[in-house]
Amino acid sequence: MSTIAEVQTRIMSKDKEAKAVRRYTADLSAVGEPALWGFGGALALGIILICGFLLAIFWNGITTFWPKPIEIVTLANGQMVAGEPSRENLYRPEGAFLASLSDAVKADIERNDGYAERTLYRIGNYDLYNEDFRWVNAFDVQKVERDPAFYYLERQEWGPFIGRIKSVVVDGVEQSPEALGLEGIRKEQQAARERFAEIRRIERSDIGVINHEINQIRLELRRIELAEGLESAAYRSAQADAELRLAELQGDFDRLQGQANDIKAKDARYRIVLEDVNGTTKDTQLSQIVRFYPANELSVFEKVGVYFSRWGEFLSTEPREANTEGGILPAIFGTVVMTLLMVVVVAPFGVITALYLREYAKQGKLVAMVRIAVNNLAGVPSIVYGVFGLGFFAYTVGGSIDALFFPERLPNPTFGTGGILWSALTLALLTVPVVIVAAEEALSSVPRSIREGSLACGASKWQTIRSVVLPHAMPGIMTGLILAMARGAGEVAPLMLVGVVKLAPELPVDGFFPYIHLERSFMHLGFHIFDVGFQSRNSEAGKPMVFVTTLLLLALIVLMNSSAIYIRNRLKKKFAGSQF
Amino acid sequence: MTTATREAPAAQVKESSTHSTVYHVAESGLGAAISIRDFNLFYGESQALYNVNMEMQRGMVTALIGPSGCGKSTLLRSLNRMNDLIDNLSIKGKVVVHDNDIYAPGVDVIALRKRMGMVFQKPNPFPKSIFENVVYPLRVEGISDKAMLEEACERALKGSALWNEVKDRLNESALGLSGGQQQRLCIARAIAAEPEILLMDEPCSALDPIATAKVEELITELRGQFTIVIVTHSMQQAARVSDNTAFMYLGKLIEYGATDTIFTVPKDRRTEDYITGRFG
Repeated sequence: MSTIAEVQTRIMSKDKEAKAVRRYTADLSAVGEPALWGFGGALALGIILICGFLLAIFWNGITTFWPKPIEIVTLANGQMVAGEPSRENLYRPEGAFLASLSDAVKADIERNDGYAERTLYRIGNYDLYNEDFRWVNAFDVQKVERDPAFYYLERQEWGPFIGRIKSVVVDGVEQSPEALGLEGIRKEQQAARERFAEIRRIERSDIGVINHEINQIRLELRRIELAEGLESAAYRSAQADAELRLAELQGDFDRLQGQANDIKAKDARYRIVLEDVNGTTKDTQLSQIVRFYPANELSVFEKVGVYFSRWGEFLSTEPREANTEGGILPAIFGTVVMTLLMVVVVAPFGVITALYLREYAKQGKLVAMVRIAVNNLAGVPSIVYGVFGLGFFAYTVGGSIDALFFPERLPNPTFGTGGILWSALTLALLTVPVVIVAAEEALSSVPRSIREGSLACGASKWQTIRSVVLPHAMPGIMTGLILAMARGAGEVAPLMLVGVVKLAPELPVDGFFPYIHLERSFMHLGFHIFDVGFQSRNSEAGKPMVFVTTLLLLALIVLMNSSAIYIRNRLKKKFAGSQF
Repeated sequence: MTTATREAPAAQVKESSTHSTVYHVAESGLGAAISIRDFNLFYGESQALYNVNMEMQRGMVTALIGPSGCGKSTLLRSLNRMNDLIDNLSIKGKVVVHDNDIYAPGVDVIALRKRMGMVFQKPNPFPKSIFENVVYPLRVEGISDKAMLEEACERALKGSALWNEVKDRLNESALGLSGGQQQRLCIARAIAAEPEILLMDEPCSALDPIATAKVEELITELRGQFTIVIVTHSMQQAARVSDNTAFMYLGKLIEYGATDTIFTVPKDRRTEDYITGRFG
């Protein structure tokens, strides 16, 4: 023990020493100010990029369905163009085209550093002009008007028509639009659409049911043929029964077909004669008109009506016109069903794998290698999964299922081709590393003391895992599932190989036994974006749809994720109590 | 594993008396609940326990004291084979619990643990309701009769002096309780299935003085119903609650005897140094 005086001397000598050597200030690198600016800048850049991207999609998506005015442009050469102004840009006229222009225009272009202005008009009337859009040079424009007599008519086929209504044929009697009035035409058009829907209902569902049964009878017959042979008594009696039933069904079919034809005949007596800006007329059935409005005469209230009516159609109907018009209900449905199916597969698979790796496997070189392999799986290009899914799931597994259970349908594949089940399995394979890694992380973060507590109560390892470890790890596992879901819902490339199609006539869920048809191909929002944007006859026409569909896909993913997050937070609350 | 052999302790005693090593045996007691013989434990290459020989008396409170790292927790965790979870662990020697060698091949570890309750250093309630926490040992035995579970829950919570505080919120999460309540909940869980032995690994080290006093009071109340082995850092606690005290140092059992004797007339120099605060 030292005396107090000794301690004092020691402290004083140490102070002296320190003053000589150390400066008690912090320089810039120690404070980390420049690094802080770097971090902040990087974060700001990221936020700007993401917000800009989201804003662009949101704005374009939300304005697409807003009705635009129709401009009638008179060109210098006397030609007339009517259409919705879509966008404007500057371009550089070149070569022969530039040479052919008049001197005054050339001088103007010269003044603008060789640039000229032009506007893209959606002129519609694809059946008449063979194009949907047309560039109009600003220097060609003589006059721009907004004629209130011009209508924007959305048609079942051929895209929109932009022009005047010349006359309406009601039940075979030609009437002028003035006599009927806008309300009168609308009433007739609504009635015509109802007839159209009725025809569709008969042809699709009523006759669909009959076709389904006819098909089932044929398949049953073929099954008996394969099992018993063509000459067997069983086949003969089945054939006789089938013929009786088929005749009966044929009768039903004829009756329904007759009904449909009656309505069709009636429908043909309601027509509309349209006239484009240059006076070309087009005579079409009234029931072909999906929606029409006098674009230049709409009040704000009516515009809102058109806007929401378009959203309604978009969300609740099937696509038409090579997917660039109509709705995307089958794609929404396909995306949701496929993603849920994927989660149902990937959740137990990933969690079981993680459980084994973390809780049961002896931690050593082999497990470390498995873990590395799993992590690397996450880096394999997704198209490779698509190829694997097609080769293994569809052709090998599906082919075997067909040979075993559906021999009567061959050579038409049932499971032996792309379908929603194989897509879900392929995506499950793609996302399983995410779930495994997250679940392992969650399991390893369960405190050792809790496991010991359970074991000390005489619980077996499995009881401990089931009733203590898993509940404790559940929020973390849910986080992994959410990540997997977000990744899976947005994935397109592998799906193009294993089951996504441009247009699926049948949903994977319908009223026919067994109600859920996992072998069917389906539509997907992600693929829809690709298809509409890059595979349709007119990418310009599809562009607004790309934005709307992207917006919808994002909204759907946000919706699915937030419900998963809601469930996770509920779980957290349940397990964590008031501790947090 | 059954308790049938409990009826014949005499044979065991005889066998042990032929053993060459000298036993540290506490002076009073109703016979040994646990006897540890020539027990050595290794973590891989390094030895943690050296030739421990002792008997813990039935119905009594035995305290294990000693400086950090002396092996007292390791010894405690050897009694219900919690150390099995550690890789690379090897043991030599015997631990006989109620006349059964628990390290004999073929011993059902789960059945063994069911006969012992254990309370840990830090409260470790499960992410479940208070009720489910308490009846967990019964649940793992497959008991699902509601009346039975409720009765066991009430008895255990009363036993751990927690009943009055939680009886109105048995279905709330156990994680919402305070630290002291959580530890008493863990004690309730440990005694819910009415084990024969209660192992306590520094049960008060994470608690404030008031909660500590409650737990100590509880230990005194439980004395007689269970054979209690308690590891503690606090010599005062050992002096207050235990009947017998064992002092361990560097993996060896230095001295074992009646608590009064150990604290007043220790035989070994090291024991004296430790309890007078010279080191540790």
